[in-house]
Amino acid sequence: MFIINCPYCGERDQTEFTCHGEAHIARPDNPSEISDEEWGRYLFFRENPKGTHFERWTHDHGCRRWFNVMRDTVTDQIIKTYKMGEAKPEISNE
Amino acid sequence: MSNQNRTIYGGKVNREKPINFIFNGKSYIGYQGDTLASALLANDVHLIGRSFKYHRARGILTAGSEEPNAIVQLGLGARTEPNIRATEVELYEGLEASSQNCWPSVNFDIGAMNNFLSRIFPAGFYYKTFKWPPSMWLFYEHFIRKAAGLGQSPTAKNPDRYEQKFYYTDITIVGGGISGLLAALGAGRSGCKVLLIDENPELGGYLLDYNFSINEKDGKKWLKKIIDELNDLANVVILKRTTAMGYYDYNYLTALEKVTNHHAEFSSTLPRERYWRIRSKKVILAQGAFERPLVFADNDRPGIMMASAGQKYLSRYGVLPGKSVVLFTNNDHAYLTAFEFVEKGAKVTVVDTRDLLNARISEKCKSLNITVFKSYSVIKTYGDKKVNRIEIQQVDKNTNKLTGEVENILTDCVLMSGGWNPAVQLFSQSRGKLKYDLKINTFVPDKIIENQKIIGSNNGQFNLQENLNESFEAGIAAANELNFNSVEKVNWTGKEEIEFTHSDIEPYMLGKKKVTKGSKHFIDFQNDVTAADIFLAQREGYISVEHTKRYTTTGMGTDQGKTSNVNALALMSHIHNKPVDEIGHTTFRPPYAPQTIGAIAGRSVDKLFEPERKTSMHEWHVENKAVFEDVGQWKRPYYFPQNKEDIHQAVKRECLAVRNSLGILDASTLGKIDLQGPDAAKFLNMIYTNAWSKLEIGSCRYGLMCNEHGMIFDDGVTSRLGENHYHMTTTTGGAARVMSWLEEFLQTEWLDMKVFCTSVTEQWAVLSISGPNSREFLKDLTNIDLSKENFPFMKFREGEVCGVKARVFRISFTGELSYEVNVPARYGRYVWEKFMEHGKKYNITPYGTETMHVLRAEKGFIIVGQDTDGSVTPSDMNMDWIVSKKKEDFLGKRSFTRPDTARHDRKKFVGLLVNDKKTILPEGSHIVEKALKQPPMKMLGHVTSSYYSPTLGYPIALAMLKDGFSKMGEQVVVPLMNGKIIEATVTDTIFYDKEGKRNNE
Repeated sequence: MFIINCPYCGERDQTEFTCHGEAHIARPDNPSEISDEEWGRYLFFRENPKGTHFERWTHDHGCRRWFNVMRDTVTDQIIKTYKMGEAKPEISNE
Repeated sequence: MSNQNRTIYGGKVNREKPINFIFNGKSYIGYQGDTLASALLANDVHLIGRSFKYHRARGILTAGSEEPNAIVQLGLGARTEPNIRATEVELYEGLEASSQNCWPSVNFDIGAMNNFLSRIFPAGFYYKTFKWPPSMWLFYEHFIRKAAGLGQSPTAKNPDRYEQKFYYTDITIVGGGISGLLAALGAGRSGCKVLLIDENPELGGYLLDYNFSINEKDGKKWLKKIIDELNDLANVVILKRTTAMGYYDYNYLTALEKVTNHHAEFSSTLPRERYWRIRSKKVILAQGAFERPLVFADNDRPGIMMASAGQKYLSRYGVLPGKSVVLFTNNDHAYLTAFEFVEKGAKVTVVDTRDLLNARISEKCKSLNITVFKSYSVIKTYGDKKVNRIEIQQVDKNTNKLTGEVENILTDCVLMSGGWNPAVQLFSQSRGKLKYDLKINTFVPDKIIENQKIIGSNNGQFNLQENLNESFEAGIAAANELNFNSVEKVNWTGKEEIEFTHSDIEPYMLGKKKVTKGSKHFIDFQNDVTAADIFLAQREGYISVEHTKRYTTTGMGTDQGKTSNVNALALMSHIHNKPVDEIGHTTFRPPYAPQTIGAIAGRSVDKLFEPERKTSMHEWHVENKAVFEDVGQWKRPYYFPQNKEDIHQAVKRECLAVRNSLGILDASTLGKIDLQGPDAAKFLNMIYTNAWSKLEIGSCRYGLMCNEHGMIFDDGVTSRLGENHYHMTTTTGGAARVMSWLEEFLQTEWLDMKVFCTSVTEQWAVLSISGPNSREFLKDLTNIDLSKENFPFMKFREGEVCGVKARVFRISFTGELSYEVNVPARYGRYVWEKFMEHGKKYNITPYGTETMHVLRAEKGFIIVGQDTDGSVTPSDMNMDWIVSKKKEDFLGKRSFTRPDTARHDRKKFVGLLVNDKKTILPEGSHIVEKALKQPPMKMLGHVTSSYYSPTLGYPIALAMLKDGFSKMGEQVVVPLMNGKIIEATVTDTIFYDKEGKRNNE
């Protein structure tokens, strides 16, 4: 069970949070103009990397804010947490 | 004769304090400080239970939590516990325990015939025999479970209380043996917050049972000083009788503390057990090691036990388990036990697998008259309910085969020692990697993942001298790493009479005699898995260690293979002629030892299992005999029976009251969200399928919400209260989900939109009055102009109702003239009572959710979650009228044109009228193309809602029907579970007041 550093509240137990899957999937600006395939890509296609993953989490039993988490799916190490709207961090090759 | 196996002196039990206890109905006496196992051995009781599969006589193998054999049913009645290890049960006055898995008694057990039939019960027997036909497995299983048994669960509710504790600390140390104690001392002296956990009632571990010296003085006194200092350190918390059960990510540990299990009296103030949830910055594992059994023919008889267990019974409890003792060993260290037994009056013979023996040991054996058979193996044992004779034979070191004469030794106790396995369970749970150490022939920790240290014999380090200083320094280092001050190192010189060195142990775990028919070489005592079973699994192709485990069930008992796993792997390695590393090992999972489910539940049982939400009128409903139904966490009145009405009579009366005069519903549970901000209308346009820009202040509008897949997920009425102010309602069950949905888009997609959402569900009490007399009724109680012209349908007004500031919405879920009166929650009951009083002349009738459902179904209004199931679009529900064609975009819109959602032959929402005018179709019934004698039948859809309509006098139903809109007027058939086939006609979904005149009155 993780300890998650909420960008608004600080370190809290995982039981206070919910994970909402992959982050940085922007809703298309012009859904009516894109093809079924492009729409399907937005709806259904998700990365499932072995290694660094970007996820959306909410601090439900806390400040109720959404934020992003950069997590290694192999070690479960949380590399970084950051606010919505902030740029996606680079993946270092270390 | 009582306590006949007790030594004249020695042991740490309090001989002044006798304790009475009962085992299998017979009374015995033990002493304070005994375990159930030591007290039974003291009274010469060796037969404790029958084994799992073959019902073989079993005794006591170990003296700790790894015990596979001596598991008993403890206690009586509601507090009885099955599968309790007698080796861990502290004796208390009046304790009652009994053997498990035997009938009619442990001495004469009918099931024992399984042992003689064992040739037809090899590994995989059940899988092979009861495989066909597949549908019969449930039938077979019932009997198999009965025969292959563990203890009995209590049938009554457990009267005990269990508690939970959340705990945060700098360092958690698991294990209170010498390594754990010294690590705690090192860290404790540095000043950091230390939690020391040990599963025993007394700290000290292994050193409590063996003689040793520190700086050439008595080690026991030194040990006491260490423990005293720890007890005095305010920053060190010590938990005894506490077992660390689980080790999860980020150093999160769970531990079970036995608080009053060992008390004779039921405590009214203390819990029985306390479940600890521990988060620590650093963890030090110092759990020690388990002694490994040797595998030889019939190695499971009562009287055969681990050498370290014999040592513990003798030195800690003053119990001599046998007088003619054989020690079967492959290492030096076990000789300490032989010496101890001789000193306490036993005759000892040693069977050593090795041919070379340390000269000092040889000499001492000679002086103590201990005969040593070098390069020998025990090849078979005899004795019905206790071992009485063994056969030994020489092993030729060159050919590795048995040679020479078979010799017989009469004995009443066999001590065995096959070396030691570090207790790596928790380490492995923490995803630490193991490697096989060829020197001590077992798995030892290799790569650490968590912020953790592992020390002492838990790390494969058995030498006392090295452990002393390394453990203390590990504690200091751990504190240092957490930025606590360094403390001075100490150099202790620790000595045991026989030092543990790696070279003293021979890689020898298996009796050399070829696995033969007729006798059993047990690997896993608890699950009755023999060496032959492991061989069989390999022959049949279950070669992967995970397959072997599941096929033979080795390591799958309540002991999780603490004594058996390494031997099973070593045997597999032998069979495949591959190093053990290549065989691998199975995964260790929590819990480390069996644990009470009650402790995991803690206080979250009964009323505290889940919160109950009640409206402010709740107590009135209770006083007026409402029958309640759970809607999410809410308690809602289901119906209000009068006199001796059943549900049908009550619902009929309630329905007719609404249709003919006046009904009142507590609608407070409806989700309510207050939306404010300049972009609120823009936001609603994206969230709902219909258009919101032109909604005037003071108006209400019904809206449907879809997810991005185009599927309906909630609905409700939203009203415009002010320029930038809206009041949204949601379904009762969907309130939290909708709130999250709104927040998700505001916080992650449309960060520039200025909208605030606030849940106000619990701030408002909602009284929904409905029926043709509702206007007449309400007008006397309010200053709001209720005239049809000034307050028409789908409008909202503010004013006073019964003198209370109120928001009144003219919306209707019944199809009748209705007003939803919202007052601040604290006035809910006050206004409700005023309504009831004033409404008498209209025969105001409180109604519950069932009547609400019937009334809305008569009108064809959907209930999201009942008529929809997350796979239907607005179009499927015949609700295209609420989907804006003009809006460029809203959530779900794009998906409406996906080929699958646009399909015409999807299931559509229709009405059904049964032709016999009397059958109420069960909700969920299948609509089929053609009724056949038995399934499968081609399905066309299913019934979503179905009721008797008191207004119409016949049943009505709503259904999802394939291509339903083009089937109006057609006949369908609905086969029922009872075999009846019901015919029905497809209709539209509005059964009553099709023009919708009544709510516009």
